[in-house]
Amino acid sequence: MPTLALTVGLEAPQLSAAAAAAVSVTVLRARGPNVVDVTLEVNGRPAKMQIEPRVTLLDALRERLALTGTKKGCDQGQCGACTVLVDGRRVNACLTLAIATEGKKITTVEGLAQGDQLHPVQAAFIEYDAFQCGYCTPGQICSAVGLIAEGRTRSDAEIREYMSGNICRCGAYTNIVAAVKAAAGHA
Amino acid sequence: MRPFAYARAQTADQAIASIAQWPDAAFLAGGTNIVDLIKLDIARPATLIDIGGLPLAAIDVAPDGSIRIGALARMSDTADHTAVRTGAPAVAMALNLSASAQLRNMASIGGNVLQRTRCAYFRDIDQPCNKRRAGSGCSAIGGDDRKMAIFGANERCIATNPSDFSVAILTTDATIHLRGPAGDRTTPFLGFHRLPDDPTLDTNIGRGELLTAVSFTPTALTRNSTYVKVRDRASYEFALVAVAAALDVRDGTIHDARVALGGVAHAPWRARVAEAALIGKPATRSTFAAAADAELRNAEPQRLNRFKIALAKNAMIRALNTIGGAA
Repeated sequence: MPTLALTVGLEAPQLSAAAAAAVSVTVLRARGPNVVDVTLEVNGRPAKMQIEPRVTLLDALRERLALTGTKKGCDQGQCGACTVLVDGRRVNACLTLAIATEGKKITTVEGLAQGDQLHPVQAAFIEYDAFQCGYCTPGQICSAVGLIAEGRTRSDAEIREYMSGNICRCGAYTNIVAAVKAAAGHA
Repeated sequence: MRPFAYARAQTADQAIASIAQWPDAAFLAGGTNIVDLIKLDIARPATLIDIGGLPLAAIDVAPDGSIRIGALARMSDTADHTAVRTGAPAVAMALNLSASAQLRNMASIGGNVLQRTRCAYFRDIDQPCNKRRAGSGCSAIGGDDRKMAIFGANERCIATNPSDFSVAILTTDATIHLRGPAGDRTTPFLGFHRLPDDPTLDTNIGRGELLTAVSFTPTALTRNSTYVKVRDRASYEFALVAVAAALDVRDGTIHDARVALGGVAHAPWRARVAEAALIGKPATRSTFAAAADAELRNAEPQRLNRFKIALAKNAMIRALNTIGGAA
């Protein structure tokens, strides 16, 4: 949805003469705070919804689109369970406003497989038993996809450091590193 | 989470004109701090002005070698930029030691500089906090003050600034670029962050101003720099103590030095006493230790964080040792 703008004069006594002369200022038109129409592109498909601007991408995915693969752990950017890819880069969906992702490509764990063909990272997590309870796993997998795209898989230490944004309270880290390494082609 | 309206800015001037009209609005860039603060009910904007689409994400290198980091450059992109890595290694290191890969992909340099303290009492709205509500008191004083300041605190606030970037960039003579209703202005990075004389103010940014860039010019000094961060876990954690250091060593003598400390004060702490104790001296471990001793002699620890004095000394010595013979 394009942002509508309207032109108003701005009267601000602190404006310098030069700045004031240049000002024919466009003040934005705000959307919300009540529900607004938002269209996201999730896993290659447009997804229309009516949400308030305060709705996070995490809640939009889970509560509006029933894409519950993305998990809510801490909901404050400290655990990584909500990791998704936005324009190919891994981010925390809990600190991302859904409305701010209009026009961007969102990929969740549900969007990684090609039909019944698992994504190599998904397959590696199974092969290397890289989870126990599984709650952090979708975030781990999305994060690993981002990590491999970033090329940060040159050593176990590098994988550990650059996966540190994904907490696993079962402590499956050793096997997660093995799975990521295998998926990256360094096994 | 309180409701708020949303507007996406197409130009910086539009964003600035809008925030001038909307006193209860705030800018949204990467969102890693403002969205968190809204959830915690600490920030209560009526409108978020999304500046994420403004053309301020570039990192430009001028013909004279100066580097201008656009305020919307992501932490990850800045850390990986060749000119930053060679021109100010401490800055690239500090960024890569910050937060997590996900957060570094989201968070902007401007937001990093302007982020609020992570003081646990600031983040708990049930606790008095002079930073959140002027005059309400400081719960950290006499409380769990283990992570609090050892320099520049007062009876109103003992919180620390959480930014690694802002510490590391002090190894350079960086400039902050701002745009407001009265036009563009620049201000030195050093001094942009405030000590808690008025704890409600973290920086000297003006009301309605937009931070547009941070720039610096690499020199022999800034190219030989490093960043040491000490924290409670190996990764994905704020600093207990951090040290950014740069040395220009010529024929074994320290020609110029820059040292800054993180995790110790309300602002990134330029260690001028240590610098004075380094310049003109031989680049040896005993010089480094004497400089660290001199700086930390002025520390004023809280009840539970006296350990930061030894930690900061040792981190400073380690940082200086790392770069002491390289130039």
